[in-house]
Amino acid sequence: MRITQGTFSFLPDLSDDDIARQIQYCIDNDWPVSIEYTTDPHPRNVYWEMWGTPHFDEVSPSKVMASLAACRKAAPDHYIKVSAFDRSYGRQTTAISFLVTRPADEGSLRLTRVEAEDRRQRYGVTHVPGPSRPYRNGAER
Amino acid sequence: MARSDSSDPRQARWASGVTPYAQLGYYNPDYVPADTDVLCAFRLVPQDGVDPIEAAAAVAGESSTATWTVVWTDRLTSYERYQAKCYRVEAVPGTDQYIAWIAYALDLFEEGSIANLTSSIIGNVFGFKALRSLRLEDMRIPPHYAATFQGPAHGIVMEREYLNKFGRPLLGATVKPKLGLSARSYGRVVFEALRGGLDFTKDDENINSQPFMRWRDRFLFCIEAVHRATAEAGEIKGHYMNVTAATMEDMYERAEFAREIGSVIIMIDLTVGYTAIQSMAKWSRRNGVILHLHRAGHGTFTRQKTHGVSFRVLAKWMRLAGVDHIHAGTIVGKLEGDPNAVRGYYKTLRDRLVAPDPTLGLYFEQDWLSHPGVMPVASGGIHAAQMPQLLHYLGEDVVLQFGGGTIGHEDGIAAGATANRVAVEALIQARNEGRDIVAEGGDVLLRAATWSPALRKALDLWSDVSFEFESTDVPDAVATPSV
Repeated sequence: MRITQGTFSFLPDLSDDDIARQIQYCIDNDWPVSIEYTTDPHPRNVYWEMWGTPHFDEVSPSKVMASLAACRKAAPDHYIKVSAFDRSYGRQTTAISFLVTRPADEGSLRLTRVEAEDRRQRYGVTHVPGPSRPYRNGAER
Repeated sequence: MARSDSSDPRQARWASGVTPYAQLGYYNPDYVPADTDVLCAFRLVPQDGVDPIEAAAAVAGESSTATWTVVWTDRLTSYERYQAKCYRVEAVPGTDQYIAWIAYALDLFEEGSIANLTSSIIGNVFGFKALRSLRLEDMRIPPHYAATFQGPAHGIVMEREYLNKFGRPLLGATVKPKLGLSARSYGRVVFEALRGGLDFTKDDENINSQPFMRWRDRFLFCIEAVHRATAEAGEIKGHYMNVTAATMEDMYERAEFAREIGSVIIMIDLTVGYTAIQSMAKWSRRNGVILHLHRAGHGTFTRQKTHGVSFRVLAKWMRLAGVDHIHAGTIVGKLEGDPNAVRGYYKTLRDRLVAPDPTLGLYFEQDWLSHPGVMPVASGGIHAAQMPQLLHYLGEDVVLQFGGGTIGHEDGIAAGATANRVAVEALIQARNEGRDIVAEGGDVLLRAATWSPALRKALDLWSDVSFEFESTDVPDAVATPSV
């Protein structure tokens, strides 16, 4: 499978130049940029590991790209995402967040069902590491 | 029509019989509106021979304290406060219309009640015989009054954090055909559209609980589809479960069931009424479920420029009432909506402080304090080829809903969904890289279509489809082109 979290999951994998251009956009908006990584892509897993603190006050993408390279080296075969934060009043939330690295084999998310009363099911989603299921979700071409 | 045969102005004010509204104090060009006043701009056309100032004063009178004749019991009140005051009347050049600016004291309205606000302002006066037509164009809700409402149950920021979706418009589709599918077939459309790449699917406004598909069956099949698609995609998905019903008890029952089976969002129709909307907004905040409002029926009173209530006013009422989503126009699709007027609605729904701007039809400043923004929904006759204009006009904080533009794709529903998702992501990427998506958006889409067969077919199928009709409701002021 190919999980489709993030702003750009339906595009071909971003090159480092593509990533740097998006980081420049964040810097131009005065948004601090952070890098987070995980092996658990469950859609409700909010708190990925932070690779250091967010990059504040950058003027070019170079230091963020260097952090990303270090994170990739230290956490091979992880999901890594780049996020930017808009601290302005009325927002104070993530402005953009996109995957930049995926494990070679993403495994799959398995839907579990438990029979409940009146035809209801209790659903759960569990991440099962590779090999991937052959399902197509539109992001796989 | 009037009589005032005394030279003593005080006696004249209280002489029995019918006195002009203007003379009774409902017109006062010297009045300076207080910060706490509710202000309204009405577009009115007086009957032949009726003085426009008197007509405007009559609107102020009939929407506040006045009745057709002088009553002595007014003298038991501090009527000067309770009277609405028309403080300005302007002719609209080239027409028989006038804009009347009227101020209402805060005391006239019950805290936190859309029903009371609307019963006062649009309760009786729209049937007043001395007017040929009357339209409420805009309303300034003073912050003092806005603060007495709950406001959006969650708002744009909380919705995005809850769904873990940032930096792009959300994508949706209304299940079609809107009537007749069995619950099981209906859930198939939901599953395919969500697994293909949409964030949301939606019940249509008239899908409630009919003989061909009862609500509980629909909810169960749809939630199966939602969870399957969530597992397939690894991202959160939702289906707007329409809980619109005949009674509040029925709506609460359906909403509670939707929450219990794990739906992130429910929907209601405008036809349920303002009080029911406020009740559901409170329920939604209490229960952590996003509230989508379909503006079913609004066109009966918002569309005609000279009579009714502008949608920008309805948008304000709904932000106060507390919905999280509301349909607000597409600009390019099949439904009514002048581009500038629609931009005005979007600002009204999303911004924190909205400046007056006649070119957008905004008559007043509106300060929303810390009420969160409402997510506007663009729905009706839109497709992937229009994505550059949609993004340009409507921005990022919007749900773009492609019903036919998803389900009508020749390779199936999932391919239709994928085409829309590829189009929006490719354009966001290009925009962020500094490209002009109005001028170059078509090229961006064509390039993405070289690697996305789903987008290729969508562009081949729909690129030539557009809906070019004149809008009936356009702002009076025209933007001066910048040089």
